Amino acid sequence: MQHTISVIVENDFGVLSRVATLFSGRGFNIDSLSVAPTNEEGLSRMTIVTRGDDQILEQINKQLNKLIDILKVLDFTDGSAIERELALIKVSAEDEARAEVLRVVDIFRAKIIDVTPKSYTIEATGNPSKIDAILELLRPLGLKEVVRTGSVAIGRGAKGWNG
Amino acid sequence: MKMNGARMMLECLKKEGVDTIFGYPGGTVINLYDELFNFKEIHHILPRHEQAGTHAADGYARVTGKVGVAIATSGPGATNTVTAIATAYMDSIPMVIITGQVPTPLIGNDAFQEVDIIGITRPCTKHSFLIRNVKDIALTMKKAFYIARSGRPGPVLVDFPKDVQMSLGEFHYPESIDIRGYKPNLSGHPRQVEKAIAMILDSRRPVMYVGGGAVLSDAAEPLTRLARMLSVPVTTTLMALGSFPETDNLSLGMLGMHGSYYANMAMSNSDLIIAIGARFDDRVTGKLATFAPHAKIIHIDVDPTSIKKNVRVDLPIVGDVKDVLLKMISQTEKNAEKLPEFISNLTPWQADIDGWKVKHPLDYKQSSTVIKPQFVIQKLRELSDADAIISTDVGQHQMWTAQFFKFTTPRTLLTSGGLGTMGFGLPAAMGAQAAFPDRQVITVCGDGGVQMNIQEMATLVQNRLPVKIVILNNNFLGMVRQWQELFFDKRYSSTCMELPIDYIKLADAYGAKGFLASKPDEVESVIRAGFKEEGPVIMEFKIAREEKVLPMVPAGASLNEMVLNA
Repeated sequence: MQHTISVIVENDFGVLSRVATLFSGRGFNIDSLSVAPTNEEGLSRMTIVTRGDDQILEQINKQLNKLIDILKVLDFTDGSAIERELALIKVSAEDEARAEVLRVVDIFRAKIIDVTPKSYTIEATGNPSKIDAILELLRPLGLKEVVRTGSVAIGRGAKGWNG
Repeated sequence: MKMNGARMMLECLKKEGVDTIFGYPGGTVINLYDELFNFKEIHHILPRHEQAGTHAADGYARVTGKVGVAIATSGPGATNTVTAIATAYMDSIPMVIITGQVPTPLIGNDAFQEVDIIGITRPCTKHSFLIRNVKDIALTMKKAFYIARSGRPGPVLVDFPKDVQMSLGEFHYPESIDIRGYKPNLSGHPRQVEKAIAMILDSRRPVMYVGGGAVLSDAAEPLTRLARMLSVPVTTTLMALGSFPETDNLSLGMLGMHGSYYANMAMSNSDLIIAIGARFDDRVTGKLATFAPHAKIIHIDVDPTSIKKNVRVDLPIVGDVKDVLLKMISQTEKNAEKLPEFISNLTPWQADIDGWKVKHPLDYKQSSTVIKPQFVIQKLRELSDADAIISTDVGQHQMWTAQFFKFTTPRTLLTSGGLGTMGFGLPAAMGAQAAFPDRQVITVCGDGGVQMNIQEMATLVQNRLPVKIVILNNNFLGMVRQWQELFFDKRYSSTCMELPIDYIKLADAYGAKGFLASKPDEVESVIRAGFKEEGPVIMEFKIAREEKVLPMVPAGASLNEMVLNA
């Protein structure tokens, strides 16, 4: 089962390495990883999509909490969060295929950000299953390159992660 | 006060109450050593290998409860400490290891004697720091010591570049620190404690399973008091031997792969396991699927990751072991009127345990012609001081010491349990002797392990550390040989070390004394002669070559499926 975990970390040298080493050392899976600074001084936020059963997930949460540079582990598995991902998709498109690409882009409210006579490059955002869906529809037309950011997630409601 | 970074580092150590350090100089720590030359408040001991120096700091920490400190230069000096750091990490020993590093502009440039020691030790340190600026030294060291000794203790590495050591700055040691991401929970929740006592008073076949956390937390006194109040039998892991006196009637001795029959049977037939500062390691549980099938489990530990990692737990209590035990004593006193009935209900359980003790006590076949290793251990116990400190290396001799010495006080057995590092025994004893110059320190080693850090004979003699080195010599890599005998048809592949070494000559080469016993009737006189010597001593005992450690729970078997005779 896939789980999305957000981790608030001190933006110190080596933190990303420590988290990665923790996952690889204990055989936990990383499906995707995204990290960037937050609005708070010296803090970054990492979003990790992992997979495993409940016992593994509990171990992952506890082991992350144990790391010195980690302030908080937010487990978004129970659906109380909004998840988004961005994808840059380069698709081949010639003759009739060109119109089909534009139709798909329109349906998914994505954007064309680059165009050549033989290709389109598309920017799409949405929850991960929306990104999966647009890729599935574009696949028969010929995907040249796909760059995904991996999920980021934020809780619903008025409160921040810190209350 | 203005001073250079190297001097600042030493002032930090002084502020943290460090009086003894073990280190080996080199190019990137030469500035540190120059400041150390006149720094009277710190006693420095030079080993002959950085691994041994770091093991010595570890041994020092294990006997005193203080943070052990070791220094190594960059590159090969730092990599030589890795095994010892991993050893401390697996046993949760508080240490700070300071490694020199090339000047900051050269980091990442494949400079001379440069190594990414932080990267290399990331999986086996509790935390690590790279000091990039002289302004950061004091805060880093304060954090390093705090992290090393608090919560679940562990080794912290501080990488110290040469240019930072040479920079000048103002020294100001912070009064207090706050690490946002690290707030260990030391206080056991009172409601959980209430539930625990209720569960205990409801049980009929309880057993206390005590691990190294009880020693690290200095909880031997409340542990002993609580066990006796409740009249509950106590078994300890290798790491906790001595936290409950083995001479007490309630003691079941060590459990696990080479634990006693009665300890393992008690765990397997219990209806309530009270786990105290222990982590249900594979050496203890045997096959997890069939582990303690009828038992509810109360798990007391300062580290939440240890709880429910291997076994399902009915009542977790996160907190410092000593704190939780003291709360449990209070709660028991509140329920004092229930105790007499509870204790009398334990009679059939105690009878079962007594029966197991009679059926298969820890024993060995005595001999008048060949020295049995177990006999040497028993003689050592009989003839050593009451407050003697014993370190072991790793292997059969380690298990025989655990089985036959009978420990009664905590912090008297130093042994590498988690990592099982050969070569640990002699340097760990060195560290213990440096901590307690007036106590008797004995290291029990096999002929394999003792040679891994034999160069430390020089350190012992030079620093007048009168460690008594007992070598149980069977000319084999004994524990591996045992496995080869039991599971590989006696195909002794690369485990026979036939070369006879004249240990008396070896000791003499270093300026120490050596003794040899080849027959059982020589054992006592050799031990007495060795103990009488004022300086470090080697006492070699030529023991039975193919003796086995029994009982044994083979890999993959259940805890109650012990091999008792083979």
